[in-house]
Amino acid sequence: MSTAASAAPPATRPVMEPVPVRVTSVSKETHDTFTLTVAPPPGDPVSAFEPGQFSMLYVYGVGELPISISGDPAVRESLTYTIRSVGQVTYQLVTRQPGDFIGVRGPFGSSWPLKEARGKSVLIVAGGIGLAPLRPAIYSILRHRGDYNRLVILYGSRSPRDLLYRKEFAAWGLLPDTQALSTVDYGGVTWRGHVGVVTTLFRLVRMQPKETVAMICGPEIMMRYAARELEARGLPPEQIHLSMERNMKCGAGFCGHCQMGPYFVCKHGPVFSYPEIKPYLDLYEL
Amino acid sequence: MRKKSYRLDEKGLDALIAHLREQGYQVYGPKVEDAALHWRPITGCADLPRGWTQELAPGRARLEPDNSAALFHHWTCAEGLKAVLHLPLVRIMAARRDNGWFRILDNPPPAARCAFVGVRPCDLAALAVLDRVLLGDRYADDIYRARRQGAFLIAIHCQRSAPTCFCASMGSGPRARSGFDIALSEFAEGDAPEYFAEAGSPAGMDLLEACGAAPAPPDWSRAVEEGCARAAAAQTRRLDAHAAPQLIDALFDSPHWDHVAKRCLACGNCTSVCPTCFCVNYEDRTSIDGREAERWRLWDSCFTQSFTYIHGGSVRSSVKARYRHWLSHKLGRWQAQFGTPGCTGCGRCIVWCPVGIDITEEFRQLQLSAAAAASFATKD
Repeated sequence: MSTAASAAPPATRPVMEPVPVRVTSVSKETHDTFTLTVAPPPGDPVSAFEPGQFSMLYVYGVGELPISISGDPAVRESLTYTIRSVGQVTYQLVTRQPGDFIGVRGPFGSSWPLKEARGKSVLIVAGGIGLAPLRPAIYSILRHRGDYNRLVILYGSRSPRDLLYRKEFAAWGLLPDTQALSTVDYGGVTWRGHVGVVTTLFRLVRMQPKETVAMICGPEIMMRYAARELEARGLPPEQIHLSMERNMKCGAGFCGHCQMGPYFVCKHGPVFSYPEIKPYLDLYEL
Repeated sequence: MRKKSYRLDEKGLDALIAHLREQGYQVYGPKVEDAALHWRPITGCADLPRGWTQELAPGRARLEPDNSAALFHHWTCAEGLKAVLHLPLVRIMAARRDNGWFRILDNPPPAARCAFVGVRPCDLAALAVLDRVLLGDRYADDIYRARRQGAFLIAIHCQRSAPTCFCASMGSGPRARSGFDIALSEFAEGDAPEYFAEAGSPAGMDLLEACGAAPAPPDWSRAVEEGCARAAAAQTRRLDAHAAPQLIDALFDSPHWDHVAKRCLACGNCTSVCPTCFCVNYEDRTSIDGREAERWRLWDSCFTQSFTYIHGGSVRSSVKARYRHWLSHKLGRWQAQFGTPGCTGCGRCIVWCPVGIDITEEFRQLQLSAAAAASFATKD
């Protein structure tokens, strides 16, 4: 694996056992998406994550789900998750109140190649809720801004009302050496920004392909075309990384559900380099 | 020097089982139940399936009367040792609600010292595969480890092969080479069966010595080798798993998958009886008043529609894709993941498939389709 994974949780706590944590805030991002912040016990390894990793979130008596961590990795006192309410467990998660408890396991999986990207430009390509697992990488780059060259953030969404982190996104665009562009599938009458799939923004990006590392997260079809297009534009394939989604029940490689070709997405991924995952991306029903 | 091979009669085998029970082991053996053989707790040789043999064929498993005094004139139990060691249903967590906060309760793994009598070499090999999957990777399965570490294994070499066996081509049998505490071979020509017993571990040797087992006659070892060699030679099915990793990706578009999919019922029998299929699911159970919540782990099957469900639908929604995943993983990708194929040649998936789909035949047809596609490509 080209991407680093953090150490496993300590042997004293079984990997399948959640840590009860207190919800500290729930804020509405869009009509169906919320950002949940929890306070893990101080110093607990559950909060030591690398950008791109995920946790298993447990709602007492309801169920458990893999959710990417969307907060700042430098802030160890809290863990942040951006969750779209699409089913029973996600609905229960986003309707928690501050003071409620949820269970957290993890962190699990591989992370974005921030070390490899040092000295290079970084191109972030996000689709929909895919911006959430990329936000820790953006925070990390902004904290160590001198280590990186240009930062380009491209973000595609279905409609203006689905755009996440709007204020933050606008602020990123104003930073020096930083480009932040968004586009939507359907603009409506008031939208003055770009319309089209996220790959249509590539022509507006100012970067040197050979010196750029791309990090992509979004719907699988979007990642396939984004990676293909970036390769065509001269990015070396090994400098393209994407984060895969599969059904995950355990996060630890036991349940077998997340297999994709030779990989367990939970432990070999979710972040893969393009050459690792490319042979399996185009296989329908793999 | 202490001899490593011993001669046991039925009394000796009974004494062995009794000794294990005295040491606190729950002793499991093949036992007739519901007209099939299953791993069940036994107390002595009387519980073993004397007078029974098996008729095993694609889609067919029958217990048949057998006139011999042998205790092991059968082949495989319906399920592998995973039924006892990688539990089909186990509680992995218990929690209690207290004023909006919830507490994780102690949930010690159901530790048991398990001993097994009559483990076939294919099942012993399957245990080595499960060890690699469940204990040898980044995370270890605590429940499996607790049961596996204390397990005492008494293997039995196969001196006859069933029509569905293909362990010889998988290199896992018919003779067990390692991984056992004691390995038996049965000689049942007369009225009373006798056993050639090899110690495979210090614990095995201690147990045989404690039971007062006599040294084995010098020619027995060769007789066992010959019996196992005959069993290997009698196998008509074979599978070339070493070819699988290179072939699997090329086979993805093979028309043969459609041919299998027309027959496959996606019932998941093969994954239930496979001694190495390890996939599980997790379920939450909550008491009616909401005070107690539990998570249970249960065996799952990659043949179910929900197995690959993510927001938007299942990744593998066709039966063709599910069978392709199972075979590709079992024979090919397992080797990339764990350095060994996930198949040991026990033949259970052939026997217990309601429509008799035969993994050896399907793989052979897939190899032929790949060869045909390759020759077609070169003609172009």
